[in-house]
Amino acid sequence: MDLLRSQTAKTILLLGSLSGAFILFTGAVGMIAAFHEREVVDRFISLGQLLLIIAPFVTGYYAAGKLRALGEDSPVLLIGGITIGIMTAAPSVILLLFNSDEFRFLLDLTLRLIPFAAASIFAWRLHRAGSETQMAIAVWLVVAVLVGIVTFSFALIFEIKGDLRSVLVNINREWVDVVTFDNRKDLARGIGAFSLISVVAGFAGSILYLMPNLPRRALIYGLGVTVLVGAFGETVRLILQENIDRDTLKEIFRRDTLRQNAALALFIISTVAGFLWAMFGRQARESFHSINVSQRRSLNIIGLVIFVVFMLALPWLIGRTLSDVAVTIGIFVLMGLGLNIAIGLAGLLDLGYVTNYAVGAYILAVLTSIGPLGLFKGTFTFWMVIPLALLAAMFAGFIFAVPVLRMRGDYLAIATLGFGEIIGKLAISDWLKPLIGGAQGVQAIPKPILLGAELKNPEQLYYIVLVASLVCLFVSIRLNNSRTGRQWMAIREDEDVATAMGIDTARAKLLAFTLSAATGGVAGAIFAAKVGTVFPNSFTVFISINVLSLIIVGGIASNPGIVVGAIVLIGMPELLREFSEFRFLLYGALLILMMIKRPQGLIPSKIVTHEVRTGVKPKLAGAE
Amino acid sequence: MALLEVSEIHTYYGNIHALKGVSFEVDSGEIIALIGANGAGKTTTLRTISGLMEPREGAVIYEGEDISSTRADLLVAKGISMVPEGRGVFAKLTVEENLDMGAYVRRDGDIKDDLKNAYSLFPRLEERKKQFAGTLSGGEQQMLAIARALMSKPRLLLLDEPSMGLAPVLVDGVFETVQRIASEGVTILLVEQNAHMALQIADRGYVLQSGEVAISDTAANLQQNETVQKTYLGID
Ligand SMILES: Nc1ncnc2c1ncn2[C@@H]1O[C@H](COP(=O)(O)OP(=O)(O)O)[C@@H](O)[C@H]1O
Ligand SMILES: [Mg+2]
Repeated sequence: MDLLRSQTAKTILLLGSLSGAFILFTGAVGMIAAFHEREVVDRFISLGQLLLIIAPFVTGYYAAGKLRALGEDSPVLLIGGITIGIMTAAPSVILLLFNSDEFRFLLDLTLRLIPFAAASIFAWRLHRAGSETQMAIAVWLVVAVLVGIVTFSFALIFEIKGDLRSVLVNINREWVDVVTFDNRKDLARGIGAFSLISVVAGFAGSILYLMPNLPRRALIYGLGVTVLVGAFGETVRLILQENIDRDTLKEIFRRDTLRQNAALALFIISTVAGFLWAMFGRQARESFHSINVSQRRSLNIIGLVIFVVFMLALPWLIGRTLSDVAVTIGIFVLMGLGLNIAIGLAGLLDLGYVTNYAVGAYILAVLTSIGPLGLFKGTFTFWMVIPLALLAAMFAGFIFAVPVLRMRGDYLAIATLGFGEIIGKLAISDWLKPLIGGAQGVQAIPKPILLGAELKNPEQLYYIVLVASLVCLFVSIRLNNSRTGRQWMAIREDEDVATAMGIDTARAKLLAFTLSAATGGVAGAIFAAKVGTVFPNSFTVFISINVLSLIIVGGIASNPGIVVGAIVLIGMPELLREFSEFRFLLYGALLILMMIKRPQGLIPSKIVTHEVRTGVKPKLAGAE
Repeated sequence: MALLEVSEIHTYYGNIHALKGVSFEVDSGEIIALIGANGAGKTTTLRTISGLMEPREGAVIYEGEDISSTRADLLVAKGISMVPEGRGVFAKLTVEENLDMGAYVRRDGDIKDDLKNAYSLFPRLEERKKQFAGTLSGGEQQMLAIARALMSKPRLLLLDEPSMGLAPVLVDGVFETVQRIASEGVTILLVEQNAHMALQIADRGYVLQSGEVAISDTAANLQQNETVQKTYLGID
């Protein structure tokens, strides 16, 4: 009993249960089965199986660190790793048993026992706490009946339907296949394999922690690179196919999957590279810091030149499919930079950003379309309409800002959320149908034409997005360091004091909303030209949420952060199609994780870092 | 002509009648103390003068002009500057950025001299100019708030309880500073609960009670006034 109460045992049990819950949950929502579709290493391991291994491995590693901090010895750390391995597999194993024909009775038994067990625990605790026997018995009865009703209904459902799937739809054959490592027929073997692998992974995690620094870092690096390249095999292959010849490519990939030999080679190479970096990286950094200022400046310039050349050459390096993804990312970077003016600079929580995106898209659609809904049938070109889309979005931003000027914080957020919904409803309405086509939307939007050439491929559209983003980035940086930027900063901090400084807060807020809307309009127009059609259901609240999330994940008020946020939140689901099915689940998990571990975002701005470090509460416009 | 004339103002928070006909005058170059208990309406009076609130009745006359319904941000440009209750420094900006923000309304560009001025008035701020304002001590934040208010080159400075929450040693410093600022020709309307100190540096004073002016006299007389002594100076 004492052992169980020790901090050490608590740590292990808590982390083990978390890891087990994670595997159970991802299985029950169908994620494991979905990820199984993607092989990480050819005929060796799938992404779904990798999930089963990574959870105990990472938890084992993490737990070892915690246990060491508690002052425990190495054997305890290893036992911790093994225990975590067991606990990771346990919940899913139980579910496997419940789901099998032979052990179905276990489920029945458990369901029948639960009410008694729950009631007994309650009653016992009451009794221990000193209440009278009659009281404890009464509570026992009440709890037993209540819990009994619930579990009995469950049991009934299972009995009628005959299996777990009626309640847990994803606990199906595919799931069983993955967790038993393809031993569905022989359950004992499957459970054995699953448990063994889980235990070994947990153990390996704690061993990794116990390794000396150098090999540990090298291994982490090697494993990380191999897993990432394997998981994003399709992406990597698409990039390689632009740059190396076919036969070599075939040696490395079988369709989209890394071959076993290639994976092994990659692992060895990246481990060695990681080892070298761990040995000499610090030296390299130190020598960089020790060189004099002018040398460092020239190095910085070289870096910048390389970066610019890279950005310009990107479409050639990555090919068509990935260029398409890059354009989508770029569109969201544009919106992120725009929304950041309202949220990051002025502290105005705008949840209706999709409005501006829709306005830009529809303006371009209606003015340039050569279909039946086109107003001018080709008289207006993309280039003429881009400024109009920008102005129209600014106008929309302005109009919607006027009524919410006096609102602060949460109220502002709710009002803007409402406006976003209104736009969606208007787009699909019968009222505007003659103009923008209702649910059918506007079709036949021509591609931009530059110097007589039609920019119809994503590789070409990429440059439009790139230029637009750079312009926007430039403006955004200039704004931040301007008188206007300081106005916003003051309003974000304290609206009343800002007024006392002589700032016209109403005007400053209008300006923030209006400018913020501008890039949304441009993004919408580019989107419309890229897709060639505009439908109302492209403009839902999820666009606003996507943009907001990428700002938060990247780092509020941080321009590089927005780019990284867009790559992670927009690019990843596009590249890993298995992800996109669980996009919002992952967003939620990621946002919660960020709020706990890194509230300032991946690449934080200076001010927000300060907020987080000093505990000065981040505050949105005068939220009281 | 008085620099500021407050005449019979009634100010409301919704239905709450906070000021019930407050009148007083501030002449150029004076230090005027506005004293009163918690909730008497001192802050509300300052908010009404500075344009953050509008009186429902009555008028605020500044340099002969009725400013009762002029927006707060415009009044800063006209030379009325306020140090709000609880200081209100921008915690996430550096000391120098805070001072810059104080000069926001000025379009004459060159604020270097004024920065130098502020730093000579408050040498501690110069030592900490790159530090985030939120990391300053209470006394330093108060100095910063005052220095920031001066950056807009006000003719009338409204101070709302500058000694609130400061250690007694620091309080003396704050009042000395106020006197120094006044000696440079800035007119000061000083709101205080610390009546003792306020009346020592003020020329005249008004006692506010439940939204009305109860007593008005020279500071010296107020210090001798029996009611004032009993209620606000803690002398029996
Ligand atoms: N925001 C507000 N809403 C409603 N009533 C307020 C508000 N602020 C102050 N009051 C009321 O107005 C009166 C005067 O308050 P205030 O001017 O802050 O007093 P003082 O500054 O002298 O302590 C008080 O009765 C107070 O309760
Ligand atoms: Mg007050």
